[in-house]
Amino acid sequence: MTVDFSKFPDEHGHFGPYGGVFAPETLMAALEQLTAEYQSLKNDPVFLGELSEDLRDYVGRPTPLYYAERWSESLGGAKIYLKREDLNHTGAHKVNNTIGQALLAKRLGKKRIIAETGAGQHGVASATVAARLGLECVVYMGADDVVRQAPNVARMKMLGATVVAVESGTRTLKDALNEAMRDWVTNVDDTFYIIGTAAGPHPYPAMVRDFQAVIGREAREQVLEKEGKLPDALIACVGGGSNAIGLFHEFLPDEDVAIYGVEAAGHGLETGEHAAPLCAGTPGVLHGNRTYLMQDKNGQIIGTHSISAGLDYPGVGPEHAWLKDIGRANYVAINDEEALQGFRDLTKYEGIIPALESSHAIAYATKLAPTMNKDQVIIVNLSGRGDKDMNTIAQIEGFEF
Amino acid sequence: MSRIQKTLDALKAQGKTALVPYITAGDPNPNATVALMHLMVSKGADMLELGVPFSDPMADGPVIQKAVERALSHNVSLDDVLEYVRVFREKDDKTPIILMGYLNPIEAEGYEAFAAAASSVGVDAVLTVDMPPEESAGYLQALDKEGLDRVFLVSPTTPESRLAAVNEKGSGFAYYVSLKGVTGSKELDIADVTAQINRLRGQLSLPIGIGFGIRDGETAYRMAQLGDAVIVGSALVSLIEANAHHDLYDIEIAIGKKMTEFRTAIDRADALKGQE
Repeated sequence: MTVDFSKFPDEHGHFGPYGGVFAPETLMAALEQLTAEYQSLKNDPVFLGELSEDLRDYVGRPTPLYYAERWSESLGGAKIYLKREDLNHTGAHKVNNTIGQALLAKRLGKKRIIAETGAGQHGVASATVAARLGLECVVYMGADDVVRQAPNVARMKMLGATVVAVESGTRTLKDALNEAMRDWVTNVDDTFYIIGTAAGPHPYPAMVRDFQAVIGREAREQVLEKEGKLPDALIACVGGGSNAIGLFHEFLPDEDVAIYGVEAAGHGLETGEHAAPLCAGTPGVLHGNRTYLMQDKNGQIIGTHSISAGLDYPGVGPEHAWLKDIGRANYVAINDEEALQGFRDLTKYEGIIPALESSHAIAYATKLAPTMNKDQVIIVNLSGRGDKDMNTIAQIEGFEF
Repeated sequence: MSRIQKTLDALKAQGKTALVPYITAGDPNPNATVALMHLMVSKGADMLELGVPFSDPMADGPVIQKAVERALSHNVSLDDVLEYVRVFREKDDKTPIILMGYLNPIEAEGYEAFAAAASSVGVDAVLTVDMPPEESAGYLQALDKEGLDRVFLVSPTTPESRLAAVNEKGSGFAYYVSLKGVTGSKELDIADVTAQINRLRGQLSLPIGIGFGIRDGETAYRMAQLGDAVIVGSALVSLIEANAHHDLYDIEIAIGKKMTEFRTAIDRADALKGQE
């Protein structure tokens, strides 16, 4: 493969046919301004210095690369390392991005930040940086997600954010995104929209990827130190796909590293009740970019289902759409049951309670590892911790919470 | 010359401002749309804007969101919308029709197939909220080939550099979004719109339609003094909502009354312009 991955996206945000800027006119000037500001800052040593200091002292980076020995042995195949994004401040990879975007918001002189959230991790990470910078914060969250991720709602409120339960549409992440867009159109002068995943109109997919790419940079260095070689495979869950692209990006030129993005198969791809646009969707335009979508033949976005709120989204970041088409990454799907088993396995063998999102990546590792040799290495992105999922788990396992 | 240009030229020659009502196609049910289109023409509409339902209308406020949900509860598709236009054209081949919506249903159909189908049933123009000039090459080519006008939005935040693209790539008219916000929101700031329209007149050779937030005769009166066309949507759609469970007759009464309010106000503004 001779793709120069550093050349993507192009200056208009295109990854091949995907990405771009499909936004209402009112936002175009703000997006142009953000693109210009980001372009000028992304290689600015002062900005990068400030960012890496925050990541070290506030977020707690670098996160460890942990050899899950007991779990690996139970599977009887490859050695599995976990990139411990669950150990970040606020409990997931999301803060890597909100720290970066909040610094941009400050530079642009915005007084108010808004965010959409599914599982609530991005909402918490946004509320956190807003509190730290003394900015007003409004988080849009689907009404159904407000219920199933109650602990995160409480955290956001504690941090001083206003949480708006979105009752329109399917009452999940996509509707939260619509509502955040509507807010931004209305308050574009004083408001910075912190998008939580590597999707949306340019420059968001590239910018979020760049902020999350610290995951892969660290992991590459850490695995070389521990194993003296690159990993044979990477695994990460994909909703919008920010933790995945964060891990994958640094390894894209390493052709011998196999890459697996794991989508949510929900009740099963064959049932239609899932959230796996790359595995079972078609290209279209939603939320500012062209990408794979869950849609009907008329171009209406269809309802998704996943046990994990953070993966319950009908689109996916445009870079993943492109990586799929050019064959650089493989996209697979794990259903609710399998994810729950992954959740139980990691908890049991390693004493680490993963987020239900990350449990999809864990579950795929349990399938892949046994097919590999003992001297081969897999890195799984443990994108978040499972504390937020205790309500869901308690219901399923039938215990009082 | 396109039907839109012909209409706007003729109105201009008479010193008149176009009244352009919007309804969402298929709202509150598929049987209502063609009847409401004819009714609005009989109550003084010069052009019609027909919303194509989309599941994720991110630039629309609650009123039109709910209209879209009502239409989608009947599975109204882009093909259905074109069918309404075809039936409407059996009795009216004069009133221009602008389709307004989001890109994905058009993507699903394919630009060329969509443009050919739209043109064959008598659509005159297409306004796609999330299709800015930058991404529009293939889309414009398809619309052009079928002689369809391409309406782009211009907003209070549109910088000069982008106005040039709208002027070059748009046709029919430019749609000025008179406020920062979603459809149907807030009160209009008349002074602000006045200043903005003056700015646009220097940059755009296209006629200017003004829409978003025009909820009553008084606002329409003000806007008619500034624009070549006044576009009203949420004010009408909220009446459909209020009567959604009644007979079509009740909706027609309510819409007719509101249309008369707008038409009278715009005529009043035009008469005033005539005296100057």
